[in-house]
Amino acid sequence: MANFTVTIENTNEVFRTSDRNTVLEGMAALGRKGIPVGCSGGGCGVCKIEVLSGTYRKRVMSRAHISVEDEESHRVLACRIWATSDLRLKVIGKIQRSVSRGAPEAGAAQSPMPG
Amino acid sequence: MAMKGVLRPGHIQLRVLDLEESVKFYGDVLGLVETGRDKQGRVYFKAWDERDHNSVILRQADMAGVDFFAFKVDGKAALDKFDADLRAYGLATERIAAGELLETGERVRFELPTGHKIELYAEKTDVGNGMPYLNPEAWTPAAEHGIAPLRMDHALLYGPDIEKAQAILVDVLGFYLVEHVLLEDGKTDLAIWLSCSTKAHDLAFVRHAEPGKLHHIAFQLESWEKVLRAADIMAMNKVTIDIGPTRHGITRGTTIYAFDPSGNRFETYSGGYSSYPDWKPITWTIDEVGRGIFYHDRKLNDAFLSVVT
Repeated sequence: MANFTVTIENTNEVFRTSDRNTVLEGMAALGRKGIPVGCSGGGCGVCKIEVLSGTYRKRVMSRAHISVEDEESHRVLACRIWATSDLRLKVIGKIQRSVSRGAPEAGAAQSPMPG
Repeated sequence: MAMKGVLRPGHIQLRVLDLEESVKFYGDVLGLVETGRDKQGRVYFKAWDERDHNSVILRQADMAGVDFFAFKVDGKAALDKFDADLRAYGLATERIAAGELLETGERVRFELPTGHKIELYAEKTDVGNGMPYLNPEAWTPAAEHGIAPLRMDHALLYGPDIEKAQAILVDVLGFYLVEHVLLEDGKTDLAIWLSCSTKAHDLAFVRHAEPGKLHHIAFQLESWEKVLRAADIMAMNKVTIDIGPTRHGITRGTTIYAFDPSGNRFETYSGGYSSYPDWKPITWTIDEVGRGIFYHDRKLNDAFLSVVT
């Protein structure tokens, strides 16, 4: 099992992940309240991220959320990628709000209802 | 009470991202019975206790979600009448030839203003539940394979204009409103639960900007204990659980929400009350919606309004 470091650019948070866990599982393990992990199957699109540097293995993701161009530009779903090197990433999906909320430099509070 | 007209949910065609992974999931983890594959590559399943040939059809596609949801009606005359009534209402209908879906008769398809394709059909081959019609046993080994629900029970769909969908389902197809959740204005519905039978719901909607979305497809289990057994099977198979086991305030069903391998949410539930068309609908206000949806937590989880396929 290989271990890698993932940096979330939005919050400058860093976590360790392995090639056995998806990047989303690592983000969820940060324990931030309110991260909607979503479907974890590549279907709902809430965990969309952009990988800024590093390499990863991926599985099929819904074209409703990840276009061919997205995929080529390393915009992917965190639940469907596994790091194969250290990664830097930016959260761009619906979870961005939850990632930023409660982080050291948290943004404005969001209304929880209705989405 | 004699049930006429629209009888029950009959089938759903789901889009999956990886067919064989999904076939394994629906067959071995959810515990449906595979009943066939067609030339298009679609795979057909039924719950063990259902008698008609299929209720869940999987199609490999590049996005998850629902292709169509169908209801069985009580005969070809009813099918023709509903087709005419839908057209008279101003909706376009399409006839799909018998056999386009395996062992299934002619279908009438139309689109609701919520963006969902709904089908009606009168005929589907009775392949039985594995037990004879004469002096049967109580269950078969298939009743213990995987989660093994009794039937595909209902769906919750997300889309705009739910009041227009409600009008069509109630005025043309004979459904009735069982429960609903009002938005802050006290007039507009956030969500509606509709029945065509004595079930607390056969089809439900939540108001949502994007059309044609699936929130969940529900499978009925026999008891709360079977719901807990389903949770164990999900844990053993690393299925992503959304919430539960818990209870809904609305319909009073005991439930788990979880995701299939493509991210389509499904529900394994039991209980809920019986309803009748002469009953007054139950109303929930937005400030109590948390208790209505998840009775024990008394609040919505982040995924309820945002995670759909």
